[in-house]
Amino acid sequence: MKEEYFQKKIDAEKKIEPKDWMPENYRKHLIRQMSQHAHSEVIGMQPEGNWISRAPSLRAKMILLAKVQDEAGHGLYLYSACETLGISREELVQQLHDEKAKYSSIFNYPTLSWADMGAIGWLVDGAAIVNQVSLQRTSYGPYSRAMVKICKEESFHQRQGYEIMAEMAKGTTEQKSMAQDALNRFWWPSIMMFGPQDSNSPRTGNAMKWKIKRQTNDELRQNFIDKTVAQAEIIGLKIPDPDLKWNEERGHYDFGEMDWQEFWSVVNGNGPCNKQRLAHHKNAHDNGEWVRKAAKAYAKKQELVIN
Amino acid sequence: MAENATVWEVFIQSKNGLAHKHVGNVHAADKIMALDNARELYTRRNEGSCIWVVKASEIVSSETEDSEAFFDPSNDKMYRHPTFYTMPEGSKHI
Amino acid sequence: MNNLLQYTLRIADSSLILGQRMSEWCSKGPSLEEDIAMSNIALDLFGQANGFYEYASELDGSKSADDLAFKRNEREFFNRQLLEQENGNFGTTTVRNFLHDAFNFLFYTELSFSKDETLAALAAKSLKEVKYHLRHSSNWLIRLGDGTKESNLKVQEALNFLWQYTGELFEMDDIDNKILALEIGVDNKKLKDKWNEIINSTIEKAKLNRPEDGYMATGSRKGIHTEHLGFILAEMQFLPRAYPDAKW
Repeated sequence: MKEEYFQKKIDAEKKIEPKDWMPENYRKHLIRQMSQHAHSEVIGMQPEGNWISRAPSLRAKMILLAKVQDEAGHGLYLYSACETLGISREELVQQLHDEKAKYSSIFNYPTLSWADMGAIGWLVDGAAIVNQVSLQRTSYGPYSRAMVKICKEESFHQRQGYEIMAEMAKGTTEQKSMAQDALNRFWWPSIMMFGPQDSNSPRTGNAMKWKIKRQTNDELRQNFIDKTVAQAEIIGLKIPDPDLKWNEERGHYDFGEMDWQEFWSVVNGNGPCNKQRLAHHKNAHDNGEWVRKAAKAYAKKQELVIN
Repeated sequence: MAENATVWEVFIQSKNGLAHKHVGNVHAADKIMALDNARELYTRRNEGSCIWVVKASEIVSSETEDSEAFFDPSNDKMYRHPTFYTMPEGSKHI
Repeated sequence: MNNLLQYTLRIADSSLILGQRMSEWCSKGPSLEEDIAMSNIALDLFGQANGFYEYASELDGSKSADDLAFKRNEREFFNRQLLEQENGNFGTTTVRNFLHDAFNFLFYTELSFSKDETLAALAAKSLKEVKYHLRHSSNWLIRLGDGTKESNLKVQEALNFLWQYTGELFEMDDIDNKILALEIGVDNKKLKDKWNEIINSTIEKAKLNRPEDGYMATGSRKGIHTEHLGFILAEMQFLPRAYPDAKW
């Protein structure tokens, strides 16, 4: 009965709110998806934060710092929305540290040159936008509202990245080759952000039925590729896919086969930066323990004084 | 595992004259930190002129089981709305 | 170099170097909320630096703000030595920032009355930001000083170490005096009493001990720095220096 009523609400495009009855699997799925989304935002601060101190102009430095700061903010919106499902941020962080929860694999790649800041903003944020715009219509209220807020902020991120790439592509020979190199390294990992192909994705069924997910992995991936090819052409950079070709019949770009071995390898912990990203996060957390303890101790003392 | 931080719900008044709106939560140890954290997280794009923070544990919410009893009775009292009334043709300012 | 340009660069450089230090905290803060707070402080500082560098660029007549930030070497930088000190732990950062914020608050308050309209305007704008910075660093100093035994020890240690860099704040050299005489600059010596009031009252609330005045570091006005500045600049300036013809 309850389950029927719940599904009726979903089918009628009504939002599910924190105090509503929901199937345990719906709650579990959401916790997993939202927390991993949050973890991704926070871990994502690392590869980009890597270049703040070396940004080549005052303007570039401020913009990059503002962008990375936004990512922290997005992480917070998502942790906050996730907590409405009855789990604490501390538990979620513990899951990340215990490797029980994952984050987006794209952040397991290193940022080797300044052009990577352009590639990440343009491609990685670009892919995130495609995904997040779709998620604005997700069935869980707090998640949907967080997505709306995030989407508003995300478009500056993509523009920041695209601007960097465009400037470098029309700059010196060294700049252009740096930009092309960054595109070469980040293209495939970016389209892998959309996850396994639909045929290979076990959780998609429920996610679509419960309108947690509104479009499939393949649909979103195609959407992103179609948009991005033209953007690359305009700035004179070449996407490293020899099989990329406009298909008049389908009305979409055909593209080459992804390296699924690499995909699963990185997802399962064997990417270039997996260990480093997690260690960095743990260290920051551990190094902050004495600070958080002190703040709590001080707050307790104040309460005693008032009372 | 570390003890859980205190959660504070955040309400922002975007412009003088408007009501405060709920925007989400922050973690903070004391109320000054809560205000500061709320300012950092929710007003970076000039979205606020006043911030309220309330400990999440202090918020009292109506329960979903009660929504029918709480809210449905107001559904059938259309006489509370001005559109319920027919005014004489030609009458103005009423 | 003319005096007003040098005076302006001193302010710009201090903001830039502290901003650079604060931005190092990105993704390393004791909480996500604090990460955002420190990034905001860094952004304020970079904004201030940018404002003062733009003015310096006008005064210079040929170099751009970026040229001034990215192409001067260690002996041409005039930031106070306090600001190039390492972040260390959150306690060290808090103490360093607090000592500077208290000074900056008083300094910008005075500078906002400058006869030089540009400096006055820049000071007035920066003052709003610095008020918040001082609130942030004071409150944290109190939380850490009056938190746990461990936190109290850590900030006391930081205070003891960084105290030697506070002397420089109140120096007045030839350029300071000339700019003051034009009613453009600030009399740093006159700020000392008020600064001591702020420091003493906060240190007391934080259950800390005020260090004795001992050796006081000096020299930044002449481009003499600690060994940290070289590393800060090497990292910060590398791209424009490696690709001198590139526009970014």
